[in-house]
Amino acid sequence: MPELTLIEAINLALARAMQEDANVVVLGEDVGINGGVFRATVGLQQRFGAERVIDTPLAELLISGLCVGMAAQGLKPVGEIQFMGFIYPCIDQLVNHASRLRNRTQGRLSCPMVLRTPHGGGIRAPEHHSESTEAMLAHIPGLRVVMPSSPERAYGLLLASIRDPDPVVFLEPTRIYRAAKGQVEDNGEALPLDIAFVLRQGHDVTLISWGAVVKETLAAAAELAGQGIEAEVIDLATLKPYDEETVLASVTKTGRCVIVHEAARTGGFGAEIAALIAERGLTSLLAPVARVTGYDTIMPLPRLEQRYIPSVPRIVAATRKACEFA
Amino acid sequence: MADEGLPVVARFEVRQRSYLAPDGTVLRPLPDFASDIPKLLALYRGMVLTRAFDLKAVSLQRTGRLGTYAVSLGQEAVAVGIASAMRQEDVLLPSYRDNGTLLWRGTKMEEILLFWGGDERGNLSSGPAHDFPYCIPVGSQAPQAAGVAYAFKLRKEPRVAVCLFGDGATSKGDVWEAMNFAGVHKLPVVFVANNNQWAISVPLQLQTASQTLAQKAIAAGFTGEQVDGNDVIAVRAAAEEAIAQARAGGGPRLIEALTYRLSDHTTADDAARYRPPEEVQTRWKEEPIARLRAYLVSQKAWGKAQEEELAAECQKEIEAAIERYLASSPRAPETMFDHLYAELPRTYASQRAQLSGGSDA
Repeated sequence: MPELTLIEAINLALARAMQEDANVVVLGEDVGINGGVFRATVGLQQRFGAERVIDTPLAELLISGLCVGMAAQGLKPVGEIQFMGFIYPCIDQLVNHASRLRNRTQGRLSCPMVLRTPHGGGIRAPEHHSESTEAMLAHIPGLRVVMPSSPERAYGLLLASIRDPDPVVFLEPTRIYRAAKGQVEDNGEALPLDIAFVLRQGHDVTLISWGAVVKETLAAAAELAGQGIEAEVIDLATLKPYDEETVLASVTKTGRCVIVHEAARTGGFGAEIAALIAERGLTSLLAPVARVTGYDTIMPLPRLEQRYIPSVPRIVAATRKACEFA
Repeated sequence: MADEGLPVVARFEVRQRSYLAPDGTVLRPLPDFASDIPKLLALYRGMVLTRAFDLKAVSLQRTGRLGTYAVSLGQEAVAVGIASAMRQEDVLLPSYRDNGTLLWRGTKMEEILLFWGGDERGNLSSGPAHDFPYCIPVGSQAPQAAGVAYAFKLRKEPRVAVCLFGDGATSKGDVWEAMNFAGVHKLPVVFVANNNQWAISVPLQLQTASQTLAQKAIAAGFTGEQVDGNDVIAVRAAAEEAIAQARAGGGPRLIEALTYRLSDHTTADDAARYRPPEEVQTRWKEEPIARLRAYLVSQKAWGKAQEEELAAECQKEIEAAIERYLASSPRAPETMFDHLYAELPRTYASQRAQLSGGSDA
């Protein structure tokens, strides 16, 4: 089995999906001959032609609107938004159309589209290139929001997203596009979209995370193990709809929970998980639920971005505090 | 002004199509289809039915039996002229005012009432299953129309997407982005701007300084044409030509139909707040139904007896539809979770159960 980076796994899944289903088309800015600014679509236009791998004009609203129209006609469009900071012109199409087309037509039309976009900071990119606003997308009924944190899950979850009959926003952790490497077999097997992944078993505390910061969360868990704390690490992977059972089962077992996400704290998706635990897991809690998140500030420019993104020491400190709470 | 010694690198023109004057007299040789009197009578019937239905819908709203409703009073020629030029396999992307277009394509009146009466099942239209439902966020269906047309082109299907919107929509990026892409790929899509002069209270001169809306197509690299939107023969002819061109692979076209919104914006609006009644009175002299009627009468193809018969027939059809609408019962509350996803994620099962068990009440 070849070892691939996360971005290569995405490319592999796209190629696989296009190979197995002629209805799959890829569209976005620079996705053609250039292969995308991160090279996610490299080689696809050469292999599948310019009619199925479309270099669109520089218009994000258009990309999302085209996807809705194509999907209603039975194509399976995979749109690329170059950076998450540029996804906002698509919100109208996602909220008012993609997510509700099936419901408002009572099943007469549907919208099997995927909108991919890089997510998060840490690559020393210019302003507006490092956002993590997944919570606002996860708030939209009718949508699926998926975020892999490893090459294997990127491959399997992207295949699942493309095959899914409903609209999916697929958020890709930019910071680990090339840093994350793993064995990926091109077997065409999708991973389920409604399952969280338990990456590490532990009985002392539950760490819940998603996206690039899963890396720091795992590193923190390894460090904590050296201090005698066995953390269970969950990669939520699908934020909408998310796997409540896996979260609750783990918290029931450990009694302590730390949620780690890169996005700003207030109204972040961690708040939803904390509310779930308060509603349905309160009696198992031995300590208050803690959150390690980005700050309630604008995502800073690169000189300070590492201070914004949750670090291993911050996660370790918060987890120790949760474990020491009596 | 720029230096007159500099070379002119591009020149453009916009043409306007009209056949019938407001009094029904013929301005120029009519298109071929107009010699087919039964065809014209069908267009006439479509317009009369649309108007009668619209007015009845308003009275339903006024008596609390329908929600907010967007009337198409005075714009019936656009609805019927465009719809009658389409094939069943073409795809319609309508705006919220295109009631007559939906009716022509087979949506039942009770379905339209059901939707504006507050029930999603109204969108289970008896019209072509691939047609889009009413688009309410203005202009946002335009990029979707380009997507639909792209699918046709990719699959080499001789079908056309027809997208209707108003003058206000042409101020939005959505419409521009869609036309721009349609131009690049020569997509089989026809954009129709129903220029009824008013976007709620904002008149056209505050909407744009552009001399015509049709010329907005020129920047996207294809033809924009104006038609007298009160002349159903002109609308139909323009639509036929544009749709045929798109179907044959000749690319998109924009039709700007010049109309006038004789009604309030919707039943929730009071146009007397912002426009003089004299303006509306003047515009009533140009409306499309009287115009075609005058022509048909001049051709001895129509008379008082037929008019009365048609009115009675429309009333009967509408009354029957209203009865069916009013007899329908609300759907079960838990069905709001139906068709949310192809398969309801297990996470939402308990919320659905809450609604069906009545434990939320």
